[in-house]
Amino acid sequence: MDAIRIEGLTKKYKDVVAVDKLSLSVQKGELFSLLGVNGAGKTTTIKMLSCLTHPTSGDAFLNGKSINKDAAAVKSLIAVSPQETAVAPGLSVRENLELMCGVHGFTKEKQNAKISELTDLLGLESVSKKKVGKLSGGWQRRLSIAMALISEPEILFLDEPTLGLDVLARSDLWDLIRSLKGEVTIILTTHYMEEAEALSDRIAIMKDGKLLICDTADKIKEAADTDNFEQAFVRIVKGVAK
Amino acid sequence: MLTFANRNTKEILRDPLTLFFGLGFPLVLILLLSAIQANIPVEMFEIQHLTPGITVFGLAFMTLFSATIIAKDRGSSLLQRLYTTPLTPIDFILGYTLPIIPISIAQCVICYIVAILLGLNITVNILYAVVFIIPISILYIALGLLCGSVFTDKQVGGICGALLTNLSAWLSGIWFDLDLVGGAFKKISYSLPFVHAVDMERAVLAGNFAGVFPHIWWVLGYAAVLLILAVLLFLRQMRKQ
Repeated sequence: MDAIRIEGLTKKYKDVVAVDKLSLSVQKGELFSLLGVNGAGKTTTIKMLSCLTHPTSGDAFLNGKSINKDAAAVKSLIAVSPQETAVAPGLSVRENLELMCGVHGFTKEKQNAKISELTDLLGLESVSKKKVGKLSGGWQRRLSIAMALISEPEILFLDEPTLGLDVLARSDLWDLIRSLKGEVTIILTTHYMEEAEALSDRIAIMKDGKLLICDTADKIKEAADTDNFEQAFVRIVKGVAK
Repeated sequence: MLTFANRNTKEILRDPLTLFFGLGFPLVLILLLSAIQANIPVEMFEIQHLTPGITVFGLAFMTLFSATIIAKDRGSSLLQRLYTTPLTPIDFILGYTLPIIPISIAQCVICYIVAILLGLNITVNILYAVVFIIPISILYIALGLLCGSVFTDKQVGGICGALLTNLSAWLSGIWFDLDLVGGAFKKISYSLPFVHAVDMERAVLAGNFAGVFPHIWWVLGYAAVLLILAVLLFLRQMRKQ
C-alpha cells in the first residue's frame, strides 16, 4: 500500500521552477531516499509534503490525505527532522522531549513512557539532563531525530540527518535509521551517496526539480552501466547514462 | 500552547544577560539617579517621579527578549519543526507573548520594592501602577514580536538592543523634561507611545486617575496596532518558511 502518492507536484518561485511535475509513490514502511545536487528540489519537495509550503500545482496524498485539502490530518501523520538541527538550545535533552510531548498533547503518563522509550532507543540517557546547546553535533542530531519520533509518526522526513557528523556519529545514526525501517515510512534526503545506497529500499534522483530516475540502488547502477553508485549518480545527473 | 510558553520562559530566564539587563539594569539606574538626587536635588529624579519612568524604560528590554527569542528560533529551524506539529498560529503568538508578561510584572514589582527602600511612600497606588504596567508591557512585547519576525537575531541586537532602548529613553521624558527641548522633538515624542506610557504611570502612582487620560488611549492604540502588525508579519514569515 502507498504511504505517499505524489501527483504532478510543482513549486515555482517567480521564474524558478524548484520542483517540476514530480510524480512518484512510496510504499508503507519503505526507506526512500531523495538524491540530487544542490538546488535539485529535494528540500522543497519535503517542505511541500510536510505542509510547510504550498505547491503551485499538483497534489500529494500521505496515507490517503491530501496536502492541499487536509493539511491538519497530514501533520498528524508526519514528523520532520529538518536539515539544520532543530532543538531548543537553552533546554535540557529531557526538556526538549517534554516540549514535543506537550505540543502533541500527551498525558503525563504517556509523556514519561515515550521519553523513556526514546532515550533508550537513541542512547540519550547519559545526556538527558544536559543543556542541549552544550552538546556535540552528533548528540544534537540524535535528539533532533528523537524529537521527530515523539509523535509516533507514520511517515518520517529526515532532511540530511548526518550532515556535518563525524564517521562514528554517522555510523551510529545509520544503525538507528536501520532500526526504524519497516515500522515507519522514512523519506531521507542526503548528499552522501554511500548513505543512500546503504540505507535505502529505493532511491529517486532529482535534477533541476525533475525526477531523473527512481529505483533500487542496484537497478540505478545497472541503468548507468557501473558497479559504483556514486559514479552512477554522476552519470545520471550529467545525462551520460545509457 | 502552555508547553511552548513554558519553554520560552525557560529560554529567557536561563540567559544570564536577561537577569542583568531585565532586572539589574533598571535597579542600577534607580540607585544611581537617587544618589544624584540626594546630592543635587532635581524634581525629575525624585523617587515618586523617577520610579514610574524606570519601570517603563525597563520594558524596552522585554522588547529585546521577545525579539531575540523569535529571531533565534527562526534562524535555528526549531520553528520549522514546530510548524509541522498541531500548534496553531495563535499558539505561537500567545506562546511568545504570555511568558514575558509575568517577567515584566516581576521587573516592575522589584523596581517598586527598591524604590520603597529608597523612601517611596507605600500606597495602594503602587499596586495600580503595577496593574497599569500590563498594557504597556504588551505594547513593548508586540514591538519585539514585530522585530523578531522581520530581523535576524544579530539585527535584533542592534535595532532593539541599541536603537529602540535609546529611542524609548530619549523620547519618553524620563531623563529630562520634554518642555525643555520643545518644538518638533516634543511633538514627535508625543506622537509616539513612550512618553504617554510614562505620563500614565506617573499619574497612576500619584493617584491622579483622571490624568491617565488620554495617555492610556495612546498606549492601547499603539499596543493594538503593533500587535496586529506583529501577528501579520509573524504569519507572513511562517508562510515563507
